[in-house]
Amino acid sequence: MREVLLAKGTGGTVGTCALIALLFAAAVGLLKLREQRYPLSRTDADEEAMYLTSGPALRRLSVGYSSLAADLYWIRAIQYFGATRLRLTKDSSRQAPASPRESAYRLLYPILDVTTTLDPRFNIAYRFGSIFLAEPFPGGAGRPDLAIALLEKGLREQPDKWEYMEDIGFVHYWWRHDYRAAADWFDRASRVPGAPWWLQSVAAVTLAEGGDRRSSRIMWEAIRESADLDWLRHEAERRLAQIQALDDIDVLQQKSDSLAAPGTASTGWDALIGAKVLRGVPLDPSGTPYELETGRVRLSRRSPLFPLPNEPKRVGPPS
Amino acid sequence: MKAVGWIALNVFRESVRDKVLYNLVFFAILLIGASYLIGQLTAGQDVKMIKDLGLAATSVFGLFIAVFIGIGLVSKEVERRSIYSLLAKPIDRRHIVLGKYAGLVLTLAVNLSVMTVALYAVLAYMAWMQGPLAARASETAALDPAMLKAVALIFIELAIVTAIALFFSTFSTPMLSAALTFGLFVAGRFSADLRNFKDVVDSPAAATLANAMYWVLPNLSGFDVRSQVVHGQWVPADYLVLTTAYGCLYISILVIAASLIFSRRDFK
Repeated sequence: MREVLLAKGTGGTVGTCALIALLFAAAVGLLKLREQRYPLSRTDADEEAMYLTSGPALRRLSVGYSSLAADLYWIRAIQYFGATRLRLTKDSSRQAPASPRESAYRLLYPILDVTTTLDPRFNIAYRFGSIFLAEPFPGGAGRPDLAIALLEKGLREQPDKWEYMEDIGFVHYWWRHDYRAAADWFDRASRVPGAPWWLQSVAAVTLAEGGDRRSSRIMWEAIRESADLDWLRHEAERRLAQIQALDDIDVLQQKSDSLAAPGTASTGWDALIGAKVLRGVPLDPSGTPYELETGRVRLSRRSPLFPLPNEPKRVGPPS
Repeated sequence: MKAVGWIALNVFRESVRDKVLYNLVFFAILLIGASYLIGQLTAGQDVKMIKDLGLAATSVFGLFIAVFIGIGLVSKEVERRSIYSLLAKPIDRRHIVLGKYAGLVLTLAVNLSVMTVALYAVLAYMAWMQGPLAARASETAALDPAMLKAVALIFIELAIVTAIALFFSTFSTPMLSAALTFGLFVAGRFSADLRNFKDVVDSPAAATLANAMYWVLPNLSGFDVRSQVVHGQWVPADYLVLTTAYGCLYISILVIAASLIFSRRDFK
């Protein structure tokens, strides 16, 4: 009798579980059907709403769990930057915004500001955040001023953080082309105890040859060697490959110009290969062929190195 | 004092029977799930985030156990009328309160120990998975023993919250006790603001009242060293000793007050 009751009980449980699974499947099916008929729409307003912009207020609301809240805001910053960058690079025809207010990355700084207020020692939020902000539109917010403001906020919290000073110098150098300010910041960073020895030489080279490709190469090589994050090291390697591509293009352009008859503009590499000036179609450091169109050598749009950076105006004597 | 031990053990057994330790399963799932998801969502800050999440979850889970079991320690016995059989035994009423408190603190200690082991296990796995470059990027080692300082202060903070819940439980209903305990917890986390109240009000009376409240309310913000530990900032030993001593004194005050109220209470 007991066995019968037990068997009945087990059977009942299995039946109930099956019923729950069936109802759950039906609920999922109904949801799918509704989404087919009425697709979910995500408007820009939904994606780009930031209800709480005050870091101190959020710090209080987090009731002591502000580090965890900072982590969540940092994840949001990465998602926001990544999604916006992807959307803008897909739409390559999009022009740079007329004013910073209209920028597609308008929430980036407020999110980073909240993140660093919630956790003032969030090292990566300052360093990556400044890269996201300084990078020109559409790859980034194109706001080197905000990148510097963010790093200076970090310095107020940790005045001996030479990495932030190096990053400020870098923003001045690469995006503002203010080589004197860049050299000052590199110099200041080099004086912090524990800072790497090469910062002093970077400061000197920047002041003497700011804007020169050689100084850019030295800087990116230094960043690659000192990078303690995979992402930063890969970025430095990509930048070095871009500098190599700029050098390659100059050499190829000279070869193309020397072979071209006056008043003609060749397209394609056949003439140069035929004249044995080149052994084959030249490849950029990523392995993508360079293009020659109407006499101009350029990087292919398919190359992962595209677009090449705009070279700043040089200062000092040529190298 | 033997009775205190028996009552404490009984409270611990009861909490196990009430499936309180199930929260450990949720904690483990949360950490394991987060360690996978965070790896996909962040840029090389996995270890820092797991430390933040693990320590915050340890504190929050402990807080819920301290409040929701603490408020029922005495009031539930009264509601179920099981208090009469307990009072009929030759046990001092103060020992009942002390035993109940010790039992819940024991439950919390077991919880926190298992959670800490789980946190270190997840961090050990992440340290093993991440490359040497990612390890160099972290401000502290994945298995930094300094995290134990944060866990120790979380434990003392939870012991204070348990004492608050027990105190209210001796004379109030469970709902009101929960509200008052949570209220005191939040006030305790913001007590530093009361110190600066004189800078924002003109009234000297209000400033004096706020100052008095600052000294009377439990100062819980001092028990939060999670951020310092995660960022590798040094937490001095004398800070730990002073904070722990303050916590122990505050607990003693609350438990003595709870014992006094319980001893004088008429259960007819």
